Parts: sequence; C-alpha cells; structure tokens
Amino acid sequence: MPDGDLFDVAVVGGGVVGCAVARRFTLDGARTVLLERGADILSGASKANSALLHTGFDAPPGSLEVACMQAGYREYLEIRERLNLPLLETGAMVVAWNEADRERLDAIEAQARQNGVDNVRRLTPAEVLAREPHLAPDTHGALLVPGEHVIDPWSAPLAYLTQAVENGARAIFNAEVTGGSIDGSEWALQTSKGPVRTSLVINCAGLFGDILEQRLLGSAGFTIKPRKGQFVVFDKAAATFLRTIILPVPNERTKGVVLTRTIFGNVLVGPTAEEQDDRDHAGVDETVLHTLIAKAVAMVPALAGMPVTAVYAGLRPASEKKEYRVSADAERRWISVGGIRSTGLTAALGLAAHVARLHADMKQKKDLQPLKNPVWPRMTNLAEHLERDWQKPDHGDIVCHCELVTRREIEAALNGLLPAGDVNGLKRRTRAGMGRCQGFYCQARVAALSEGRLADPLAVGACHD
Amino acid sequence: MTETIATDVAIVGGGPAGIAAALALRSRGVQRVTILERETDVGGVPRHCGHPPFGMREFGRVLTGPAYARRLAEAARQAGVEIRTGLSVTALRPEARLDATTAAGPVEIAAGRVVLATGARESSRAARLISGDRPVGVITTGTLQHEVHIEKMLPFRCPVIVGTELVSLSAVATCRKAGIRPVAVVEAADRPTARRPLDLFPRLLGIPMHYRATIAEIRGRGRVEAIAIRLADGSMCEIACDGVLLTGRFTPEAALVRPSHLVLDDGSGGPVIDQFGRCSDPSYFAAGNLLRPIETAGWSYREGARIGAIIADDLAGTLPPCVTTTTIVGGANVKLVVPQRLSASGHTGSLDSLQIRVEAATTGPLVARDGSQVLWRRNGRLLPERRILIPLSALQGPRAAGGTIIIEAAGSGSG
Repeated sequence: MPDGDLFDVAVVGGGVVGCAVARRFTLDGARTVLLERGADILSGASKANSALLHTGFDAPPGSLEVACMQAGYREYLEIRERLNLPLLETGAMVVAWNEADRERLDAIEAQARQNGVDNVRRLTPAEVLAREPHLAPDTHGALLVPGEHVIDPWSAPLAYLTQAVENGARAIFNAEVTGGSIDGSEWALQTSKGPVRTSLVINCAGLFGDILEQRLLGSAGFTIKPRKGQFVVFDKAAATFLRTIILPVPNERTKGVVLTRTIFGNVLVGPTAEEQDDRDHAGVDETVLHTLIAKAVAMVPALAGMPVTAVYAGLRPASEKKEYRVSADAERRWISVGGIRSTGLTAALGLAAHVARLHADMKQKKDLQPLKNPVWPRMTNLAEHLERDWQKPDHGDIVCHCELVTRREIEAALNGLLPAGDVNGLKRRTRAGMGRCQGFYCQARVAALSEGRLADPLAVGACHD
Repeated sequence: MTETIATDVAIVGGGPAGIAAALALRSRGVQRVTILERETDVGGVPRHCGHPPFGMREFGRVLTGPAYARRLAEAARQAGVEIRTGLSVTALRPEARLDATTAAGPVEIAAGRVVLATGARESSRAARLISGDRPVGVITTGTLQHEVHIEKMLPFRCPVIVGTELVSLSAVATCRKAGIRPVAVVEAADRPTARRPLDLFPRLLGIPMHYRATIAEIRGRGRVEAIAIRLADGSMCEIACDGVLLTGRFTPEAALVRPSHLVLDDGSGGPVIDQFGRCSDPSYFAAGNLLRPIETAGWSYREGARIGAIIADDLAGTLPPCVTTTTIVGGANVKLVVPQRLSASGHTGSLDSLQIRVEAATTGPLVARDGSQVLWRRNGRLLPERRILIPLSALQGPRAAGGTIIIEAAGSGSG
C-alpha cells in the first residue's frame, strides 16, 4: 500500500517506457513510484512486439523519435552487460522484392545516412543470396543495415524496473489511476490501490495515455488509435534458415511485415497493422495468421510446413499523428509520453533521458542528486545462444521441457523483488510454456508451483477425485 | 566435471514403447539397457489416464492407466533395466551420443544404440491457429489429466471440449471423475472421429454435441469466458464456459529429432525409418507414437518389443545393412506412411506392416504401386485417424528391388 509519503515522481504505466523512465528518475535520485493497472509489467502494448533493437535508419530525420531511438540504442549497448541483457547481432536487410521497391532503396539509403547510420550498404541480388541462401532467389537487391539487432523484449524492461526498485523505487500493481487533483505543486492521485502523493506525474500509460489525461487534466493532448499487430512464431528448427533480420521496404503507415530470428531461438513473422477502437482485446485471426505464414514462406520457401510454435497479437499505442507525443507542462507538473508506436523498445532508454531533461527544465525547487553507487541487478539469461540456467549445476529440475526452464528459474520468478503477477508475466520471466508444446507437458506442474501466486491462475481449485 | 553414462542401449522415453524395448533387449541378454526419462516416473502417458482399458495383451488383465504404468515400471526394474528419471536429453549426436541435463547439471551419454521413444502430444491452440483472445484456460487432454491425476488440481469447471477422437472420450471420463462438467462437445466433421459405439458416450452423459461446427473465436480477458462456434447451418452460437479443452490432433514429440542430424518425415512428423525401425543414422532406432500419431499403448508396447528384438539382432551383427533400396511415399489423400523406406530386400524379423493414415474419409481403394505396377490393393472405407495397415511382405514379393512405392487412397471422397 502506498504510504502518506510524497514521491518526487509518479510514473503511470509499467510498459517498457514506464520501466525505463522509473529507472532513469530513480538513478537520478528521485523518489519514484510506478503505478501499473495490470497485475504485472508489460501488460499492454509492450507485451507484443518484434523485439528488434533498431538503429533508427528509417526514422524521420530530425525527429524526437530518431533521437530517442539512437540514444536508447547506445545506452542499451552500454548497460546491457552489467544487467546481463542479451544481444543477438544479426544485422538487417531491407529487401526489395520488386522494381518499385528497388527504386525506393535509394531514398531509404539516403535517409539512413541523414540519420547518421553510415555503415549501410547496398547488396546485389547475388550478395543477398550469398548472405541468406534460403531466401527466395527473386530479390531485386537489398540495403544492409549491420547495426539492427535482436534483443529480449521482456527481460530488458524487467531489468530497468528491477534496477529502479533495487535502488529504492516503488512499483504498485493492480493500481489503476482513477482520478487526481493538483494543489500547488503537489498531485493527489487516486488509484485502485489507494491515494498516492507526488510532485510530478509522467504519463507512460500507453494505450490509455489519452484517457489518463482526460481523467486528470480534463482533456488530452493526443488521441490513441490502437493498431493491432499479429505475429506467428515458428519452431526453433526454422532458425537454421535465417541469420539476418528481413525488413520490407516500408510505407507511410507501417514498417511492414518483418521476418526475424528471436533471441529465444525461434523465427518470427509479423506484425500486421490493423486499426481498431478496442484498447483491451488483441485477438488473433486464423485467416490473418495464414496470410502471415504465407508471407514468411514466400520470403523463405524452406519454412513451408514448418510447425507453428506460438501466435500472438498486440496493440501499438499509435496516435492520430505519426510522431511521438512528448510534452511537458511545468504549471501542472505533468509530462506526457504518448504515441510511442512500434519503436518504444529501442527508444525507451532514450525517451527516459529526454524526459529527465524536460523535468530538469521545469526548474523544480530542489535539484536531484544522482545515486553515487547504484545497484546493478543481473537478469536471468533466457537467450538461446548464451548459457541458460539448465546448463548450470543444481538447478532443481527441468519443469518446462521444450524451453528447458528449471524449477530454480520458476521459483525465482515467483519470488524476488518484482514477482510475476500473472501467467503471462511468469512466461515472460522464464519462458515456461512458450515452447513447442505450449504447456502440454509442463502446465500442470507450473499450475502447482504457482498456486495462489498469480492473477487468473492456471487452476480454478483443488481436485478431490 | 560432466558425468558420462556408458550403456549398450539408451532408450529416450520411458513410456510403453520404451519400456517394452528395454524388456526385449534384456530378455535377449543385452547387458546394459538404460531408460532416460525426463519426468519423475516412468510409465509415459498412461500414468495419468485414470481409466481402463490398459494392459490386456501385456498383462492379461484390464488395468487403469496408472496401474498399467506401475506394472510396466515394475517389470523394467525386475528385468534389470537401468532407469534414470529426471534426466532430460537435450541433443542427439551422431553415433549414439546424447547430451542431457539432470538436476545436478549436464550429462553425456555414450551408447551402442539409441531408441527414440518420446511419444506424441496433442496440438496446441497456437499450432491450430484458433482465432480470438488468448486467455488462461485453453488446454489439451494431456495437461488436464496430468493436472487432475497427478497435481490434484482443476484447470476449469465447465469447459467446451473440441474434438471426438478416442482421447476425447478419455477426456470426458477424466472430467466426469473430477467433477468437471463439460458444457458442449464441438466437432468439425459430420461424425465422431472415434469408432462407434464410443461416440455415444458424451451423449449418454447429456453433453450437447455439435457436429460440422468450427471454433470461430475464443473470448475472455483473464480466463476463458466464452467460445463462439459456427454451426453447420452457418449460424453463430456463443457458449459460456471457463475453459476450452482441445483434444487429439496428435503430433509426434520430435523436438529432439527436428534439430538433429536425423532425417525427419514431414508427413508423419517423426523420424524417417526403415522396416527395422532404423533412422537415417543406423545407431538410432525409433518406436511408439514418435513414429506416427497415434496408436494405443498396447500397439506402442508391441512395436517397442519388436524394435528391442531387432536391436538385439543388430548388436549381434545379424541385421541387413542400412542401405535404402526402396522409398515409400504417400500419394493422393495419404497423410502418412511408416516406415518410409526399405533397407535391403528381406523383411525377416522386421516390422510386419506399413502403417497408413488418410487425410479425409473415402471409400477406397487403397493402392500400393510401383510405377504402373499395382503391388497391393484393397477396397473399403477409409477414415482419418484410424489404423490402416498394408503387410510389408506384399511390397517386397517378386518386384525388382529399388525405386519408389506410392501409396494412394484417392477413392470417391467423403460422405
């Protein structure tokens, strides 16, 4: 329960941006609280993305987005080893599949150079095939972007918030902000977990960012237009057919469908871009999933007949404009971080630094004193290409056989400073149930191990047969 | 320091097929036979099938699944089979070398021969590409039975059951015993997949059956709240429920085979074998439901026993060399064919039959041909998921060795 203390900063929303912002302010010395309406972090837009670390080569030149992406990219590489966060260095190819695509590569290359991504390079169709022999042979060349990489989209934000909490921040779950008022320089927030007092509110509420502003400010500076993306994850056997991230030539609305390995050893195709009004439901659709599979097979014919391991869908918090919607209101002690569409995973750390600067410009009464010796937590590695817990002695036993998840990992995820709040949170922390069989073999044991610990539990009761 | 287990024959998977192979090997005098089982007990899937009938042929009496599994485990122990539980094999290496892990850490296994007997599992919701939300409460029969019989927990109270295979009846029995009340059974076909009169079972229990009905969407935020189905007449129907039980649509548990050096058959989803159960690396054999989805425990047991005897021959040096002389492929309407190839010309001591499954119901004929030469032919009705056999002897008679045999079940379509 929140106490009567006054926080310097309340971060509303535990997506990747909220987690990064909470970390930044905590390390800068602010008394920070993160309020998340879900039972766990990453319950909204951040749970589903393509897990790429982007260079920003194709972002709008001069935009806040490209600045935050590139700052976020640099900081991720700088801090990842201390947090034990993985990196799969793949590079990406923007592949031209027809002559019109090929003509657009010139502009994309120019844009990349304008954005300071100088190591891009054109590849002939023969060079494309030499790099990716399983790719359909009928390409019209590609633009190679060596700096695009694959990361763990869930361990990274968990690391950010874990570091915040290890260094004194509070994280409160199932805490929807239902109202609030500002009195001079102090906000009194009402949440479903009780009142919270803070000197500053940072709106990182993602899909609900505009609703939060309507509730607390009376009007919103932007309107969220949820955009659904569906994904298909292929069996790990598919990973032998692909090294580089395959990007399409993008259009105005979306980066298009990406084919990439995941850090967990699978191959992923997606996302779609489907506008919808619903902010809660991100359903998958059989017809669309078939279309995605067909697209993947068209790019890499060897994927025909490859078993599907998982399917998922997520909502991107796009706004009515393409750009990020970040603004500070010194009067009302409010910073908005809205409209962070598909590049949030890359940009999060950069956005956090940007928000910290906006805050510094607000000229608060007291200056923050950055922590001198912050704690650096080390995350459990879930990346397939690095050592996993099952390869180390005394791991208890294997609970999830497909993903080789140990009992020690499951117990750690259910305890710790930021324990899993629901089944999906447990999956994201451990990968239990995310493999080929999708829980056929392990779900019963996971249900027993997690009994009484999760919202929407796997079991509804005891069986007395 | 990594532990190394040296053994004559390592058997991956301690279900009916694996245990039967182990017993056959021991009875033929093979010294070290080691079962590698990742669960805490051997016995395989029957461990959590809390109902009869199991064990008629093996033990001469009708047993429940768990009782049958205990008898298998006891027989293996008495026969001097080494049993390592809690040991997960993580990779198959050439020449019968395995990587594995236990609670204590990594293990290497150096064997003379390996038997893969990892069984089969039901297809997941994801693999079925079912539309809708992805809430908690969508599981398969295997998970239900493990949860109910071993963990003593209830995954739901009023689920919709999808499918009418034999395992679906097992699911209904488990639900009934656990006090779970299924609210409907949904089947895409116009008839139950399982053989009559078993299809009457749910109806006898008063569970509404919907044939020619497909899942339009699963609904629910945290847990399943409803399932929308499209009925035979095209109309939609929403059924309130707190779970969806996906039954059947088995697929071999080939997780170790797929990334390995062994050749996998896309039709069966299991390893390619010859008539002796030999994989593309002749130090590897396979038996049981890994070969094809899906057979009974009794069938898998007999298959495992035969493979065990063949390996004993192989260790004694009496097996024909592993040189593919004939390839067998599935043609029209044939979903899978096992074995997929024949070594040498003989079949003495080999598996007896070619096992077939068809894609869609048809009224025959089932034909095996080599080019235009019909080697074997049978008229009659063919149904999906049903056992269909062709005697191997029929394929090897007077025809010249070599080439390709095609199995076809074109027939006159469903009805």
